[in-house]
Amino acid sequence: MPELNPSPSGVNDFVIKFANVNGTGSASANSLIMKSIFRMGVPVVGKNFFPSNIQGLPTWYEIRVTGEGWIARSGRVDLMVAMNAETYARDIAEVSPGGYLLFDSSWPRPALLTRADVTVLGVPLSQLCSEHFEGARARILMKNIMYAGVLAALLGLDLEVMRGLLGESYAKKPALVEANMKAIGIGYDYAQAHVSCPLPVRVERLDRTRGHFMMDGNTAAALGCVYAGATVGAWYPITPSTSLMDAFRAFCSKLRVDPETGRHNYLVIQAEDELAAIGAVIGASWNGARAFTPTSGPGISLMNEFIGLAYYAEIPAVLFDVQRVGPSTGMPTRTQQCDLLSCAYASHGDTRHVLLFPADPEECFHMAVQAFDLAERLQTPVFVLLDLDIGMNDWMVPDLEWDDAWRPDRGKVLSADMLQKIERFHRYVDVDGDGIAWRTIPGVGEKGAYFTRGSGHNQFGAYTEDSAEYQQVMERLSRKFRTAAGLVPKPVIADAGGTRNAIVSLGSCDGAVREALSLLARTGVRLDYMRVRGFPFGDEVEAFLAAHDTIFVVEQNRDAQLRSLLTLETAVEKRKLRPILHYSGFPVSSDFIVAGVNAALARGEAA
Amino acid sequence: MSITGKPRVEHPGQRRNAVGLSRRAYEGGMSTLCAGCGHDSVTAAIVQACFELSLPPQSVAKLSGIGCSSKTTAYFVSGAHGFNGVHGRMPAIAAGASAANRTLKYIGVSGDGDSLSIGLGQLGHAIRRNMDMLYMLENNGVYGLTKGQFSASADIGSKSKKGERNDHPPIDPVLLALSLGATFVARSFSGDKEQLVPLIKAGLMHEGFALIDVLSPCVTFNDHEGSTKSYAYVREHQQVPIATDFVEARREITVSYAEGETVSVELHDGSRVVLRKLDRDYDPTDRALALAYVQERSARNEHVTGLIYLGEGRKDFHARHQTPDEPLNSLPFERLCPGKAALGGIIARYR
Repeated sequence: MPELNPSPSGVNDFVIKFANVNGTGSASANSLIMKSIFRMGVPVVGKNFFPSNIQGLPTWYEIRVTGEGWIARSGRVDLMVAMNAETYARDIAEVSPGGYLLFDSSWPRPALLTRADVTVLGVPLSQLCSEHFEGARARILMKNIMYAGVLAALLGLDLEVMRGLLGESYAKKPALVEANMKAIGIGYDYAQAHVSCPLPVRVERLDRTRGHFMMDGNTAAALGCVYAGATVGAWYPITPSTSLMDAFRAFCSKLRVDPETGRHNYLVIQAEDELAAIGAVIGASWNGARAFTPTSGPGISLMNEFIGLAYYAEIPAVLFDVQRVGPSTGMPTRTQQCDLLSCAYASHGDTRHVLLFPADPEECFHMAVQAFDLAERLQTPVFVLLDLDIGMNDWMVPDLEWDDAWRPDRGKVLSADMLQKIERFHRYVDVDGDGIAWRTIPGVGEKGAYFTRGSGHNQFGAYTEDSAEYQQVMERLSRKFRTAAGLVPKPVIADAGGTRNAIVSLGSCDGAVREALSLLARTGVRLDYMRVRGFPFGDEVEAFLAAHDTIFVVEQNRDAQLRSLLTLETAVEKRKLRPILHYSGFPVSSDFIVAGVNAALARGEAA
Repeated sequence: MSITGKPRVEHPGQRRNAVGLSRRAYEGGMSTLCAGCGHDSVTAAIVQACFELSLPPQSVAKLSGIGCSSKTTAYFVSGAHGFNGVHGRMPAIAAGASAANRTLKYIGVSGDGDSLSIGLGQLGHAIRRNMDMLYMLENNGVYGLTKGQFSASADIGSKSKKGERNDHPPIDPVLLALSLGATFVARSFSGDKEQLVPLIKAGLMHEGFALIDVLSPCVTFNDHEGSTKSYAYVREHQQVPIATDFVEARREITVSYAEGETVSVELHDGSRVVLRKLDRDYDPTDRALALAYVQERSARNEHVTGLIYLGEGRKDFHARHQTPDEPLNSLPFERLCPGKAALGGIIARYR
């Protein structure tokens, strides 16, 4: 064991990164470590960087331990757990100066695992596994659990907390708890005997995770669908949205099965493709059910024709686009915010759609609920734009609130009784002046019957090729879109006080932006901040843009799509908007934003 | 150019059905198809079948894709909601609509372009999904709205109006449905109302997916010499192994059938389909036999019509999904939302 270098960060403030081979059970070990830290009351940020593959390719998991409770990546790596020889070179290169690298020293240490400013720690994990466990598979799995034990010693993790977590995971297989604890114990003892434990980077108990839980955004969105009263889901499996429908089905199997009859108060259609999935959502919504589909960018591309139909025929639909790296198949297991424009204007002809931008799993839950209300109130498709980072990573989430008095807004639907009181029903007449017409649900009665079509129709719902009749409907749809601007969630604005410079961002950038603002403030750079949460943009967005001279638009795509949307859909001068773009496929870090702002300031881009 | 509705003139002496409606009540808007189009005869047969079944108009939902045939949902049962969707995708809308409300009678109308080219995948999966619906495939072997291109159902050797010969093998929806496990597979001819109306009634009352492939000649682009889907050709080359009668639940069977030559199949509502064998060797409950029979006749460029296969026992869409008897779209919110108390318990599992 070499001499330890001084600590790069410190207590409750460091980043561990695990370099593994996928399909070896490392996810369980990494999750155990993260959950243990969380249960010791110390806030954590977990990010999974995994390949589009089932077994054998490199995979990484990053845990940021942040006593201050930041929610983004910092950009550092203080301890690299290098378990994949194939990626040793890049893994050691990524360690921040003064950091540590832990590797399996069962074999002679490769020369490339050497860096003057990195402390390399070796533990003969494979050798220890061979001595203590039988069978090839067990030895591979136990090797990962064993490094959890090593880390428990290095970082000062509470072994009883770990045991408790294992007990919950293997409630039905107590033998596995003992086997895992044995491996943890071996790793722990070895580290205690050979390294001066704990390291300067370590965990000390806090009380800052009370009232929080760990959940990914797909699960939170699925829970929102359950609470919103959605009964029909239709989907075609696609990374990274698959776990949303998996979670919906899992929740429904517990919460939506009638205890007396065993009947299911929900129906999930696994469609033959995304075209069929959105078609089924539109059919179900037309027929009065709350229906949704989770998908990702390639799915949105396929759904375009149907989205245009739903826009023009005015049928509610809720789409969750868990964005991944494009274009084309792109990198399915990497994150981006690259579908803003393709969702905002999806389908041919003049179409514009309502978008919601959740920043974290808590907002995924609430915006999922809100999406159904908006879709039915506005009778139009509503897109909830998650991304892989929010959708698939476990985030620390404040306990969700729910008001039992809440009831869904089903929008303007004429019941049989209401139909009796009116002389005649016309599907597309703007009786209230807000651009939203009244609709009926099939089966309500002959008086409410109408014909839904994607072909040209007049305000009475009849087929038309008459210019004036066509334009009348199209103009009302524009009016409806203006109504939508007042209904979508308002932006979140943080006023730094007396500056004409600002950052505008959206979605999962939020944590990194807020941390960057704090870091910049320490160096005297003050910026206001607006996080947009919905499209069409409302008055608050216009006012904020008008009130600032230099606006950094932080987003995760190459082509500055949010910036484009702002210039197209608000009165802002394009030159005021300075893009800060991160599109590597990994979640943006606070360091990246700080660097972007500082570089712009150095170029004299802001007063 | 707006399409006007048909004036609904009711004569006092008109025959009324069990729900007190005349046949006129099942009509729709004026057809805009060519005079003599087979599709208009199919529309008339649907009107007749719905009238005879005494369906309340609002209990029907009409779904279609794009094409001449898909326009016809506007021409029948104006008291029902209709949905003219996108090309080839009606089955997806039907799946969602059926999921939301299992109690409506779904009539899907499609054509050979809509179902066998752009929508072949959706048709195949609709058959697998086995939604409770009647799927009318108005089949004329040609693209009408784009003026006369061959469709995927055109037979080898069939000639277009311009004299081109089709050399692509046809996709036969009947063979497709049989091989994918459909439980109600029929073929008929728009010019044979005697055969078509009972088939539509039986298809509407069948629990599960019912396909009727209706040879429905295009008078403008495919009714010439050399076409295998012209009125003249279909009349001459129809092979009918089975005659189908539909007997409603509340009616007695009054016609007497010769012993051993009829098969009576009871449907879920108590109505019966009585199949009379015109070809002694045919058995409409034997899928393999039906496949072989249709294939053999198709090879001779003959059209087998009638109720080609009727099978029971496959769970329909809702049975498989274990949904309640009442429509999902009518479940009260209180039964759908787990509420505040449950939320705490859910979150606790994620700490």
